[in-house]
Amino acid sequence: MSSAREEILGRIHAATRDVPESEKADDVAVTRSYRQRHEASRDELVELFAERVADYRATVHHVRRASVADVVAEVCEARGATRMVAPADLPTEWRPSDGVEVIADENLSHEQLDGIDGVITGCAVGIAETGTIVLDGGPRQGRRAISLLPDYHLCLVEADQVVGGMPEAVSVLVDGVRSAGRPVTFISGPSATSDIELDRVEGVHGPRTLEVLIVGADPRTTDS
Amino acid sequence: MRVALFITCFNDTLFPDTGRAVVRLLERLGHEVEFPLDQTCCGQMHFNTGYQLEAIPLARRFVRTFAGYDAIVSPSGSCAAMVRDYYGRLGEIAAEEEGDTALAEQVAQVAPRVFELSELLVGQLGVEDVGAYYPHRVTYHPTCHSLRLLKVGEAPLKLLRAVRGIDLVELPEAEECCGFGGTFAVKNADTSMAMLSDKLRHVLDTRAEVCTAGDNSCLMHIGGALSRQRSGVRTVHLAEILAATEDDARA
Amino acid sequence: MSGPSPSFPESARVALADTQLRRNMGYATQTIRAKRALVVDELPDWEELREAGRAIKERVLRHLDEHLEALEQSVTRAGGQVHWARDADEANRIIAGIVSGHGATEIAKVKSITSDEIKLNEALAARGIEAIETDLAELIIQLDGDESSHFLVPAIHRNRAEIREIFLEHLDVDELSDDPRELAEAARLHLREKFLSARVGVSGANFAIAETGSVLVVESEGNGRMCTTLPPVLISLMGIEKVLPTFQDLEVFLQLLPRSSTGERMNPYTSVWTGTSDGDGPQEFHLVLLDNGRTSVLGDEIGRQTLNCIRCSACLNVCPVYSRTGGHAYNSVYPGPIGAILTPQLVGIHAAESLPYASTLCGACYEVCPVKINIPEVLVHLRGKVVRHKQAEHSGWRARLDPEAAAMAAMARVFSSRARYERAQRLARLGQAPLARRGPISHLPGGLMSGWTAMRDLKALPQRTFREWWVERDGSRADA
Repeated sequence: MSSAREEILGRIHAATRDVPESEKADDVAVTRSYRQRHEASRDELVELFAERVADYRATVHHVRRASVADVVAEVCEARGATRMVAPADLPTEWRPSDGVEVIADENLSHEQLDGIDGVITGCAVGIAETGTIVLDGGPRQGRRAISLLPDYHLCLVEADQVVGGMPEAVSVLVDGVRSAGRPVTFISGPSATSDIELDRVEGVHGPRTLEVLIVGADPRTTDS
Repeated sequence: MRVALFITCFNDTLFPDTGRAVVRLLERLGHEVEFPLDQTCCGQMHFNTGYQLEAIPLARRFVRTFAGYDAIVSPSGSCAAMVRDYYGRLGEIAAEEEGDTALAEQVAQVAPRVFELSELLVGQLGVEDVGAYYPHRVTYHPTCHSLRLLKVGEAPLKLLRAVRGIDLVELPEAEECCGFGGTFAVKNADTSMAMLSDKLRHVLDTRAEVCTAGDNSCLMHIGGALSRQRSGVRTVHLAEILAATEDDARA
Repeated sequence: MSGPSPSFPESARVALADTQLRRNMGYATQTIRAKRALVVDELPDWEELREAGRAIKERVLRHLDEHLEALEQSVTRAGGQVHWARDADEANRIIAGIVSGHGATEIAKVKSITSDEIKLNEALAARGIEAIETDLAELIIQLDGDESSHFLVPAIHRNRAEIREIFLEHLDVDELSDDPRELAEAARLHLREKFLSARVGVSGANFAIAETGSVLVVESEGNGRMCTTLPPVLISLMGIEKVLPTFQDLEVFLQLLPRSSTGERMNPYTSVWTGTSDGDGPQEFHLVLLDNGRTSVLGDEIGRQTLNCIRCSACLNVCPVYSRTGGHAYNSVYPGPIGAILTPQLVGIHAAESLPYASTLCGACYEVCPVKINIPEVLVHLRGKVVRHKQAEHSGWRARLDPEAAAMAAMARVFSSRARYERAQRLARLGQAPLARRGPISHLPGGLMSGWTAMRDLKALPQRTFREWWVERDGSRADA
């Protein structure tokens, strides 16, 4: 309704008449002296990330690049998952070596996704300080519904995707949003509520189990 | 140092002993105290209750009375905060509503020289041991204005720790408001009492004989309930503890 | 808001007597306070973040029209549609219109206090549309016909036993323990079916980004993700003050909000979407921009900072008043310290006169506010408006009859002259004689001051004032 629009904008103009006409938005000073980046080595960041993700009661494993397929198969078996959905561009090296049917998401219905055992994705960035995994629908992640409906989310994070804090993470994500309007989901642990006497209870909606594999950048890295 | 005493209308009328204690203490430390008799009230009650225009003449009186002093000391954190933190706002209102720009200028001169007692002693005079003797079990309540507006920090506790004979015990949940809040205590008497009820419980849990603070307004509220309950615990202003010596114990 | 609501003191008196509520509130607020303190202390740059948050909001509010126009352009470019609503009725009409336009009679809703503010559910119900609340707490409240008392943990006033009762009565379950895990599972099953079938999702918005047209929902349970991803049509309702300038600004607010609200380093799910995305999520997106009094708040230079609010509820959790009375005592969608300043500015000072006085001005709220709203300053400012309003309403003799105004005027007169002041001191001393025969005064007559002696003793006025002592001492020193 153009009349509502004009009226509201008019009210705003009148309400801010104390602001000089010559002042531009950027003239209002914003001091950004908060930390822009974490001073830490790659290994320290990965270790912090693993700790913080585990704090939310998600399970974390460090995996060498060469062993990914085997570990994926193992964790799926431990979980009892035999049918997993994955984005169509899931790398071959990440496909479970045995025992699990991986169904590529070619526009599965919500009901089909609801009935599946779990989902395997990569991520866009991992935030060490907060133990957060971020998906933005980019490579190896797929659309939002596939990591929302299944009860089990197995997420692979490359070690060099881990950054220190929120400012660094936002810098990684911003281009995808500006240029392609990518939808972004920040995930910090499995779904939870604290609405009942502030008891943090896992699993209302969204995957109740989040399992994270941190994939070493260097196959010679001695992560366990 | 020449220090002017801003006693506050409240202390002048209801707690003169606190004023006497401040004078004794500062003279004992070798300073000269002056008391400009024209002072009445800083206007905090009016200002906080919404009668800001009515508080302006009181602010004018204050800055006129205390002009020219290097330091002005008050045994009331809330009144000191009123002058230091809110007289600027009164200056703005005076300019907006009455075209009086002089008040803001005078406030800028006088307000920075106003100190609450513990601020003056520790921050300005650099002293923590004031030579006091007070052989009692005491717990300290940090009043909200001194804690959050003046930000006196550890000053009162440093002063108390140095008192000879004192048994200083920490108050649980000390930083929680006692529920006085000026007119709040009568306009919202039920909530005020609910807050006081918890403060009382914490005071009594310390098994202290005395509850002290830098503001007699809060102490009157806490003390009023301690008395009503016949609890056997009393309230004493910080200044009176710091002024006490062995002579008082003997008397 | 229709009809006069009870004043805060009246409602508080009732609430304070409810010992179960006192216990629930005390426990809950203490728990969240401790969690918040822990995660805030972890950050070496918390104060720098607060300052940046405050400054970014200042930038937006001083140039709100520009930012909203940019937001509209970005959202439209990204495939969404923007609607402007001057007030609650208009917003409800717009939303109902979109829902009916799709032939839907049910919507899946994510908790949104803004939607409570405009009474969206009632407005939709009047048009034959059912709004299914999907947040666990909102579900509890909806099932019980109750009202929210805390905008982050709306059912904070309920304990697990009470919740179990509500579920047993209203959900399709035969048996249920009061174990929170079981209660959550019951809710999960009940709502999953709704998520899969809903044709329209409705959400609020924690933030929207002018630069990119992105909109955010910050949540814990996953129902936000469900409602903003699964239904083919999504409508988001947002107060106009929620817009931020750039995507990069989120680096500040995504640190300030989770730590201040739930006391976590990061909340479980934060969803950001920009218009519509092909093959992913809703294919139709509507953003409804709501004024409903916000431009009035904007126009008050001191009150304007109220719009910095990011609805974290840190001020509620730390307020010694709120943590004892609970939220219902404020008779307002927004309770606690922020409610005491926001509500009177949104609905008009005359409709919420007692709220600015529901505070001791202790300042604990200002200390924790992540965007540095000086709540005590705004409270005092609003009290000035209440007084001015009363004085304008009752001129002349009626004004002089108001006991408080009369007392204030009398005191101001007394304080304006040394002679009058000293005389008043002497008169008070004389006047108390009948009341203070021996020991403390335990009863004061009259309305205003009897509230004091209802619960506290009052010490008698001393025989000599300080200045009388000083003058005497000075006199004797001069002689010496």
